Amino acid sequence: MKIGVYVCHCGGNISDAVDVEKVAEFASRQPDVAVVRSISHMCSESGQRAIIDDIQQYNLDKIVVSACSPQFQGETFKKAVAKAGLNPNMVVMANIREQSAWPHHDEPENATEKAKILTAMAIEDIRKKEPVEKVTLKMGKNVLVIGGGIAGIQASLDLANAGFNVYLVEKKPTIGGHMAQLSRTFPTEDCSSCILSPKMADVAEHPNIHLMTYSEVLEVNGSIGNFNVRILKKPKYVDEDKCTACNKCTEVCPVSVPDEFNLGMTMRKAIYLPSSTAVPHSHVLDEDACLGLKPLACGLCSQVCEADAINYDDMPQYINLKVDTIIVATGFDIFDAHLKPQYGYRKYRNVINALEMERIIVEMAEGHVIRPIGKDIAFIQCVGSRDAQVGNLYCSRICCMYATKLASLLKRMDPSREVYVFYTDLRAFGKGFEEYYRTAQELGVKFIRGRPGELAEDPESKKVVVRVEDTLTRKIIEKKFDLVVLSVGLVPGEGTVKIAEMLKLPRSADGFIKEAHPKFRPVDTPVEGIFVAGCAQGPKDIPDTVAQASAAAARAMSLMNKGEYEMSPIKAFVHEDLCDGCGLCVDKCPVDAIKVAGVAEINVAVCKGCGACISSCPRNAIDLRIFSNEEVMAQIDAALRDKKPGEKRIIMFADDMCTYTLADGVGTAKLKYNSNTYIIRVPSSSRVTPEMMVRAFEKGADGIFLGECEAAVSPYPDTLKVIEENVKKAREMLARAGIEEDRIQYSPFVTVMFKKFVALADKMLRMAEKYGDIPEEKRRRLGMEKVIYHE
Amino acid sequence: MSEVIYMGEKNKKLSEKIEELSGEKITLCEQCGICTTSCPMADDMDITPAGIMRYSQIGDEKVVDSEAIWICASCFTCTVRCPRGIDLAKVAEALRELNLRKNVDHIDVNHLDEELNELPAIAVVSALRKFTS
Amino acid sequence: MQKFPYYPGCTLKQTAKNFEKSAIASARAIGIELVELPRWNCCGAVSSLTSDEIMRHVAPIRNLVRVQQMNDEGMLENEYRLITLCSMCFNVLKRSNMVVTGDAEMLHTINQFMDTEPDYEGTVEVMHFLEILRDVVGFDKLRARVKKPLKDLKISPYYGCTLLRPKEVGIDDAEAPTIMENFIEALGGEAVDNPYRSLCCGSYHTVGENKKIVAERTYKIINAARRNGADVIITSCPLCAFNLDNRQKLTKEMHPDFEYMPVLYFTQLMAIALGKEEDAGLEDNFVDPRPILRERGFLGVKQ
Repeated sequence: MKIGVYVCHCGGNISDAVDVEKVAEFASRQPDVAVVRSISHMCSESGQRAIIDDIQQYNLDKIVVSACSPQFQGETFKKAVAKAGLNPNMVVMANIREQSAWPHHDEPENATEKAKILTAMAIEDIRKKEPVEKVTLKMGKNVLVIGGGIAGIQASLDLANAGFNVYLVEKKPTIGGHMAQLSRTFPTEDCSSCILSPKMADVAEHPNIHLMTYSEVLEVNGSIGNFNVRILKKPKYVDEDKCTACNKCTEVCPVSVPDEFNLGMTMRKAIYLPSSTAVPHSHVLDEDACLGLKPLACGLCSQVCEADAINYDDMPQYINLKVDTIIVATGFDIFDAHLKPQYGYRKYRNVINALEMERIIVEMAEGHVIRPIGKDIAFIQCVGSRDAQVGNLYCSRICCMYATKLASLLKRMDPSREVYVFYTDLRAFGKGFEEYYRTAQELGVKFIRGRPGELAEDPESKKVVVRVEDTLTRKIIEKKFDLVVLSVGLVPGEGTVKIAEMLKLPRSADGFIKEAHPKFRPVDTPVEGIFVAGCAQGPKDIPDTVAQASAAAARAMSLMNKGEYEMSPIKAFVHEDLCDGCGLCVDKCPVDAIKVAGVAEINVAVCKGCGACISSCPRNAIDLRIFSNEEVMAQIDAALRDKKPGEKRIIMFADDMCTYTLADGVGTAKLKYNSNTYIIRVPSSSRVTPEMMVRAFEKGADGIFLGECEAAVSPYPDTLKVIEENVKKAREMLARAGIEEDRIQYSPFVTVMFKKFVALADKMLRMAEKYGDIPEEKRRRLGMEKVIYHE
Repeated sequence: MSEVIYMGEKNKKLSEKIEELSGEKITLCEQCGICTTSCPMADDMDITPAGIMRYSQIGDEKVVDSEAIWICASCFTCTVRCPRGIDLAKVAEALRELNLRKNVDHIDVNHLDEELNELPAIAVVSALRKFTS
Repeated sequence: MQKFPYYPGCTLKQTAKNFEKSAIASARAIGIELVELPRWNCCGAVSSLTSDEIMRHVAPIRNLVRVQQMNDEGMLENEYRLITLCSMCFNVLKRSNMVVTGDAEMLHTINQFMDTEPDYEGTVEVMHFLEILRDVVGFDKLRARVKKPLKDLKISPYYGCTLLRPKEVGIDDAEAPTIMENFIEALGGEAVDNPYRSLCCGSYHTVGENKKIVAERTYKIINAARRNGADVIITSCPLCAFNLDNRQKLTKEMHPDFEYMPVLYFTQLMAIALGKEEDAGLEDNFVDPRPILRERGFLGVKQ
């Protein structure tokens, strides 16, 4: 083995505090180190060239770069060694900038000593490192899109146009979702179904889209590249291809039920065309409303059908599919205004919700008056949103704009009408929104800043009395309106909740499907291969929905496009010769990636590489590729070498995503903390077993800290629980050896908790100083401790 | 003539005191006004309930000296309606207590009521609890 | 007879004797004996809402200690559900109970302070009589015991504040409660909607210079009831009863067009429906309910 060590000056950023030459000299004395250089800027062209040339000239097989954080330039050096023909895993960075030179900039001697130890840790780490193969999955071209609203439609079209095979499943008899119900869309006042219809027609005609309406996803198993889906196609009792939508069946049908498309304000028949713009454009027979099919009670519709399209013997179909990726586009429901009884919805005749208003306006434009709307109309904003009393703390994003739109339409219909919008904040944030709000004001729509606590009904006229505090004049104002429209918010749809559970997708605090990362992965879900688009992820308007749908389609395409998909190589694996099939690891895995068939098998496609399973194995049969057990322990040993008498060293295990990033952030901000803290980077602190913690104390640690992402931002669910259990076991062992238990601490972090990090590092040191050195015999007694595993 | 409120240490101290005594985070109030129109006594108040919250936020003495806090009947309607989950009844109580704890009664016990014999005990006890120190 | 500890509160022994009398009689008629707490004290009528309050929880908690004692001394058999009739007493006792059992340090301090009393152990559940009727007896069983259904009597339920708010304390949904309506229907009566059924009556403003505030509320509440066809109003709080009933005189002075309407405690109607009209205490109500009740045939006929 021949290791090359490169120590970077970083143009003064490191060398101002750390004596780089001393670190280089120290490195040159380490075993297996063949080449040592100290260079001004390692990441520059010449710095990288030095590495590549040395590898080729001296046959180096492993590289250590003592410089900045691996999160900063890690990729640069991976690419450099790969260029020189080595496996990209054969380079390790010692973080002597963010984690030594910067935070300890006023302690140059300590910073240098720490930099030496960090370099030693990197050297010992890489000595144990093995090359790691790429993890790739075979990918086909099949995508399941769940939900046929505008999000599902857009994603399907993008994928189909790119040559992928799309299965679009929609539970209603027609696609189009809520957008098909709207009148005009803000801020342009385009007719909603006019712009939607061409897209719906495209979906129906596209050879690459297999459209299944009146269908539901029942079950999904498997993982990316290999999802097994079971779909129920409900019987329509009408052949979509034969039906001409002539409507004769509807005319003779004796049963009337409330029409869902018009939110129950009008009636439809048991056999009906779902809407005038329905795609597929075919009638459907609602078997629950029908007088009876088995045995046949009526049969009138079939008698008048000239196309012979009606088939009373239609049966539910179960379809099994295999797809490579899934896009969830299951949309929203509107907030049920019954949950705010103080607004009198469905109690006072003249209180309706905004979606009902949309339908009324659409029907009015076609000459049908569903109900009179009178003259003076009020809009009440934030119904069911921004409201702790109903448990929806979030803002529904679109209501300010849709109310402004509806108000504008109504005012234009009849300028003598008084239209008021009662708001708390007017959120007109998007392109063209503020201008549209101004136009509404020009039209004479009155905006009053105040939220009513309740509505009352004038007993004679049935007008609705709105009383609000006009918070801008601080006066209570009261006005009677012919109609009050409740601007209801958006809530996660029933379908969204069901599918999230089925696919094991976590949901955010607001109840919508959680994205993998709030900033950088807005359409990925934490489950590899499953994407989300549209309002299933959170309330948004049509342009944002379309953008997300195209984004989700692009993401799905990027995984499938090359025919194979490369995953992160950080994966847990089982030494089959050590495994006895006890199965304790199965429950520990937060993503159900393990099953036992003789021995434990970890599904590489599902495994997230947290390492939580490792500590569950009584036989130490599980390990992690990259950040392996040996590598971690080698770093622990190296961190505790050559301790001076009385010197205190605290080992901190930092999860890559949050705690390590936080530590870098603290250094970058030049905040100071003690130089006795040595950080070991891990994918998740749950991979640190109780044995590793105990070993650290055996070797001389004075305290251990484990940092992990807070649950809300964690890429791995439930690792905090595993950490808690591991710490408990380790503490028990410490106690048995007579060592203070609270020398081991753990805590969740997020990347902005600078103050907390600094306070914690100092607290650990003070505690170690308070308790004093751990006597040699106690350390030796620890070495005899064994972990107790439960059954 | 418009009045300028010069914000200083006094304002900060007052709003902190109100927060501490009520146990409620008054900075959470977003001034939506739901409390005002839920309050059955709002019409009789010199400052509206939302106004009470606003003056508490900026720490203006006006709110401690207001009539409104005494018109409050502790009916808790504001509390069950506030979309930010603030318990306004506690804020009103804290404001009353800021007065009462100076050993100043809001109601004169000696000249209570000609009806004292006819009033139910519950009325007298609750009035004295809310209006005297 | 199922025995429950019962907390009357001051007013039920003073101006609201008819509330207690009718309650005890109607409870007995459905198999419940209300066993009065020995040596109970005034609950304080209102809760002190400041964050530093400890002292004013002592009085309510001492009453809960009595319940424990009743059980320890054999007056009750393992019954820790305390029944209250007065809504305000219910609210104060339940609220203090919740605060104190959720704060171990405060409970300890209070127990230390009441050093001559046994410690309160947090075992008591404060309940309102209507809750007992709904959850323990069941409105169906109540209906089965009704001897004189209040047929066609249009009754407007008035909840007031303290029975429903705040949400942690309330016995039903604060915005859309149904317990009183269900109670009325169980008695065979017709519940009439009143949009002001939980609008505050004005409470303690009935004392002092702001009586007019109360009278305005009375005007609003009763007019709304009348407009919806109500014959009578029922309530569960002696302060609400005073404000809605006795203050009708002042309301009439302020609004000459105002018409009187009888205001009864819910237990008074319950007593009549259960055939115990002699215990309903109707003679003590300010606006006499007897004419309308007699006219509808609910009085004077012996069962």
